[in-house]
Amino acid sequence: MLGDYFFLALNNLRQRGLRSWLTMLGIFIGIAAVVSLISLGNGLEQAVIGQFGSLDTDKLTIQNQGTGFGPPGSTAPRQLTEDDMELIESVQGVDLAIPRLIRVVSVEYNDVVRFKGVINVPKEEREVEIMYDSVNAEIDQGRLITEEDRGKVIIGGSFATEEEFRKKIGVGTNLDINGESFEVIGILEKTGSFFIDSEIFMPEQDLRELLGLENEIDLIVAQVEDPDRIEQVAEEIERKLRKDRNQDIGEEDFSVQTPLQSLEAVSTILNIINLIVSGIAAVSLLIGGIGIANTMFTSVLERRKEIGIMKAIGAKNKDILYIFMLESALLGLVGGIVGAALGLALAFVVSSSASAFLGGINLQVTFSLPLILASISFSLLIGIFSGIVPAYQASKMNPVEALRK
Amino acid sequence: MANIIELQDVAKHYEMGENIVKALDGINIKVDKGDFVAIMGPSGSGKSTGMNLVGSLDLPTKGEIFLDNKNIAHLEESQLAQIRGKKIGFIFQSFNLIPNLTALENVALPMLFQGADSAARNDRAQELLKMVGLGERLDHYPNQLSGGQQQRVAIARSLANDPEMILADEPTGNLDSKAEETIMDFLEELNQKGKTIVMVTHEPHLAEQHARTIYWLKDGRVEKVTRKVKDKWKEVRN
Repeated sequence: MLGDYFFLALNNLRQRGLRSWLTMLGIFIGIAAVVSLISLGNGLEQAVIGQFGSLDTDKLTIQNQGTGFGPPGSTAPRQLTEDDMELIESVQGVDLAIPRLIRVVSVEYNDVVRFKGVINVPKEEREVEIMYDSVNAEIDQGRLITEEDRGKVIIGGSFATEEEFRKKIGVGTNLDINGESFEVIGILEKTGSFFIDSEIFMPEQDLRELLGLENEIDLIVAQVEDPDRIEQVAEEIERKLRKDRNQDIGEEDFSVQTPLQSLEAVSTILNIINLIVSGIAAVSLLIGGIGIANTMFTSVLERRKEIGIMKAIGAKNKDILYIFMLESALLGLVGGIVGAALGLALAFVVSSSASAFLGGINLQVTFSLPLILASISFSLLIGIFSGIVPAYQASKMNPVEALRK
Repeated sequence: MANIIELQDVAKHYEMGENIVKALDGINIKVDKGDFVAIMGPSGSGKSTGMNLVGSLDLPTKGEIFLDNKNIAHLEESQLAQIRGKKIGFIFQSFNLIPNLTALENVALPMLFQGADSAARNDRAQELLKMVGLGERLDHYPNQLSGGQQQRVAIARSLANDPEMILADEPTGNLDSKAEETIMDFLEELNQKGKTIVMVTHEPHLAEQHARTIYWLKDGRVEKVTRKVKDKWKEVRN
């Protein structure tokens, strides 16, 4: 019996081919958005976290920032200095403080000039070790820079392969950096982080001379002795820096970031992305539902006579209700299936274009059957829900009035 | 003789704004089992309303309707649907086939609403279409058939649930005279096989040539009732 209604409903939908497909457009978009986002969600999180370099649980990052008081420009961030480093190192629980310079330099090679990020290689052996550790640096060709090297650089993994300079850079190549010549002595393996893979690593002494820097520091990485006490250590550093700078709580012009906070920053970004896409999906599904309801109302009006005929030849209100509800449900179901397929396809396209165009980023697609089934069921529910009122209207139609031309 | 349907003092009023239109104003119609009844009248006489009530498509404002001695004047629409689906077959002036179903599917549809299974429906629909001479056109859609052929599909459909009564509303109104003849022959043949026929028409020649009882309606009332006795029409007491 249900099969017969199904046949009648499907027959009606096929009859209105293009209109049926257009009706389902909103559902396609909504379900595709949900499915692609969730399928990419896990991979996206991994990829974004990857961009932050390693999230070591035993390292704190201290940065300067404007206080936010007064008009813009009046509170230019003051630089961190060697003094701050000493202060941080004196905090109990801090093993070592490492200065980090993050700058941009112009690189000329083969008559091509590019602007590239540069990171300092610190002056002491243990510092160098921790620095490499914090960026997950593994050597691919040549060797790493030590604290004793001068006039040498190593480059990130995507540097050499990108052929940005229309000629491959290898170990032994000399690069012209801000007018000075540096020899490439090592190339790193790709880390998956977009930033680190296109970075230059240069001995700190060389970098300071090259850019005319005295004792300023862009960022301090504090190696903590006991990862379990990292929050307390962070608080102690904050307290000491505040005291040193005569600042009250809330007035700080610096920030101490724990790995947890970095993770939170990542998940905040992801949550915002999720929220926006969910919003789009919700609006789209709502519009899709309204579209189905609209099509069903139109269909009921157009098929007045057909409803009258069916009633004359013995269709009960219930029969008419089922036929129209099934039509509406089918719109939702097919919309959901096609939407889910589109969503998965979209996820794979985004994933493969991410690895193609953003070299080194590996955006994994997670295929989840429960997600697919849930999306399709939800879409089916939208179809059923949107069909209730039009189908009820059709079923209540008076046969005499429906048959009147 | 037992009657299949009886309308007792039936009135049907419509509200049109502030006015009440009395489409039927107290009529009595009795249809005997096996009879061929014509309901005649000019447009506006109430014959369409009368036919809707006889076909239990509609309920009266006043009066009682007995179908097979069962009062149906106060039933709900769904109960009515079940009864008319089983006991009454409809033939309409404009054929009223469902355009996106084939001839076979159209004929099978009334059986679906009575809960018959698919194989039984198909067999019977095929048999009926063969009977009306359309055995070769089972899979044609209505728009691939001529008017006369469509009306023959409609006749087959009206017989689907083997009803006791066929209700034909101007069945030849949209057809040429040749197709008219075919259709009327079919109706006569069905009548001879024992089906009660009620035909609504405004053409006296059709009524007088084929029917045995004629209800003449005018202004919502039965003006007179005539009956053919030994090939002569006599007015009878209503």
